[in-house]
Amino acid sequence: MSAVICTDLCKYYQQGDAVIKGLDHVSLEIEQGAFICLSGPSGSGKTTLLNAIGGLDSLDSGEISIDGERVDLLGKSALADLRLKRIGFVFQAYNLIPVLSALENVEFVMLVQGVSAVERKQRSYNILREVGLEGMEDRRPDQLSGGQQQRVAVARAIVSQPRLVLADEPTANLDSQSMEKLMTLFCELNRMHKITFLIASHDQRVIAWAGRSIGMEDGRVIRDEVQQVC
Amino acid sequence: MTVKRQNGRAFALSFRLAWRNIWRQKRRTWLTALAMIFSNVLLVFMISLQFGSYEMMINNTLGLLSGQVQVQRAGYLEEQKMRQVVDNVDELASNIRKRFPEASVAARASAFVLVSSAERSFATQVMGVEPAHEPGVSSIPGLVAQGRYLIAPDAAEIVIGRVMARNLKVIVGDELTFLGSGRDSSIAAGVVRVVGIFDSGSQDLDRSLAELPLGYFQDIFMMHDGGHTIALAFDKLSAVPEVIEPLSVVIGEQNDLVVLDWEALVPGLKQAIQADMTSAWFMYGVLIILVAFSVLNTQLMSVLERTREFGVIMALGIKPRRLALLVLLETFLMAALGFLIGVLLGSLVTGYFSQVGFAYPGMDEMAAKFNMSALMYPAMDPFSLMLGPSVVFVFCLFAAIYPTLKLYGLRPVEAMRAV
Ligand SMILES: Nc1ncnc2c1ncn2[C@@H]1O[C@H](COP(=O)(O)OP(=O)(O)OP(=O)(O)O)[C@@H](O)[C@H]1O
Ligand SMILES: [Mg+2]
Repeated sequence: MSAVICTDLCKYYQQGDAVIKGLDHVSLEIEQGAFICLSGPSGSGKTTLLNAIGGLDSLDSGEISIDGERVDLLGKSALADLRLKRIGFVFQAYNLIPVLSALENVEFVMLVQGVSAVERKQRSYNILREVGLEGMEDRRPDQLSGGQQQRVAVARAIVSQPRLVLADEPTANLDSQSMEKLMTLFCELNRMHKITFLIASHDQRVIAWAGRSIGMEDGRVIRDEVQQVC
Repeated sequence: MTVKRQNGRAFALSFRLAWRNIWRQKRRTWLTALAMIFSNVLLVFMISLQFGSYEMMINNTLGLLSGQVQVQRAGYLEEQKMRQVVDNVDELASNIRKRFPEASVAARASAFVLVSSAERSFATQVMGVEPAHEPGVSSIPGLVAQGRYLIAPDAAEIVIGRVMARNLKVIVGDELTFLGSGRDSSIAAGVVRVVGIFDSGSQDLDRSLAELPLGYFQDIFMMHDGGHTIALAFDKLSAVPEVIEPLSVVIGEQNDLVVLDWEALVPGLKQAIQADMTSAWFMYGVLIILVAFSVLNTQLMSVLERTREFGVIMALGIKPRRLALLVLLETFLMAALGFLIGVLLGSLVTGYFSQVGFAYPGMDEMAAKFNMSALMYPAMDPFSLMLGPSVVFVFCLFAAIYPTLKLYGLRPVEAMRAV
């Protein structure tokens, strides 16, 4: 079954007299367990697409299904549940909760999901170690560098092993080594747990990791190709 | 794992989050808390002082003459007829004394007479009292300024008020004659010696009340062993409601006797207190609403400046309800801080003044006029301490409702884009 099916998505922004095409008739089918990189110039609609799939933003037209369920028809509360239980988000601006430590930020979602304390702690420590933040668990976001904050945000998104990870520029602030490490982790999760990854990035190194590369421009899909990886 | 335990854990984190959140803006939180603390201290003190002054007012009023409870014939309070008699009043009074050893109990009889000195005559009320028991229910025996109070239960002696003595132009040692009608409507007359002159502080009483020994009164007015009222006084006013029932049982056999509590005996007193309370509560209400608005302002600002953060949390799949709970929890913590510190400081201040007494500027004069102590003592009890701060607390929580409603209108994408 397809993990995500987008059919003819349109999202327009009125800017004075001009109409900006955030999404312009985008259709897309994503297999369960796919590892996809979404690339394209700034302003091409990558974030808009991720937000639409995650049910964060409304559409002007089009249909989106996740695991066979029409998410564009869901109410606010059902969308919240969908995000909480099945989707891991990494936002472009990493957006951590400033008063919580790195560990607590990672724990937060699991806690609302009702994961037991012992398991929560263990999983949070493990994932932070895997993204290279061992020893920084108790630091607050303002005591972490941009790249470190970004990795906490990634850890937060993948720690509860959602069915689908939507990551918006997860490597923008990372050096090559950290980037490699993170992508290896993503690949592992993708292979072992069949987690679907949709990563927005214009970093060529990231694109190289993906099994499928989708290119966008002016709100349209202009390229969609399967490639040899890893 | 049970749902309950999950909720418990989630609550623990919400609690931690809320606590840290309120200290993100240390100064603002303290300023808001200070507004609460200040008003709470003020409320604790003012309300305790108010209750203390009511207590004093009630005690002074009831302690002067009426007592807190009276037994009398039904209808006597309104008509005060000689014939509305409590039979065997001495015996009934001593039965009541046995049943309520903690109470002061005094039997009385009363008549209207024409009293004359060598020079003048006036109409007045004379009251037959038990000299041994009267001081327990009335402060008049203690307010005798010249001479002494009555001693013997049936001597031909009288104690009169200061104004009456002046009007009649008599001093201690002089004789008075009085003329009235007895229980059987026969003429009742007697000659009594003035043994004391009291100064009750009330012009009315000083002009129109005279006291005789009950035994002598019963002889002259043909009361046999009857009287008109039995007055009771307890240590605490709060004892009154509990004694009405057993007291009715003690007097049960005699026909037509009723038990009247102080509200029935002095109906104006409670109304005066209620009127005073209404105006005081209006003032407190204004204070409380001001504090509530300062909380509203603080919480609204704190919600608005966290729009972006709340957007992220909602984008992660957390529902507005949980965020609303968080903001309410933050308000709760801040209000609890104001409550605890406010009650603590308020209790200290109130406790201090309940020991040394509190004087309003210029109160001495007023107090002297109404025979009250110039010092007021705040009433320290849990109710008067908690009442004001509890209302502030509840209003502060209510004030947080509007800011929390803002969360329900938040849309994650827009919120995350906010600065
Ligand atoms: N709220 C908005 N109001 C108006 N225009 C918007 C709004 N959000 C996005 N846009 C426009 O929609 C287009 C697509 O934006 P989007 O954020 O999806 O780009 P992007 O591909 O993520 O770019 P970047 O690589 O810079 O993050 C852009 O032209 C942008 O200006
Ligand atoms: Mg973007």
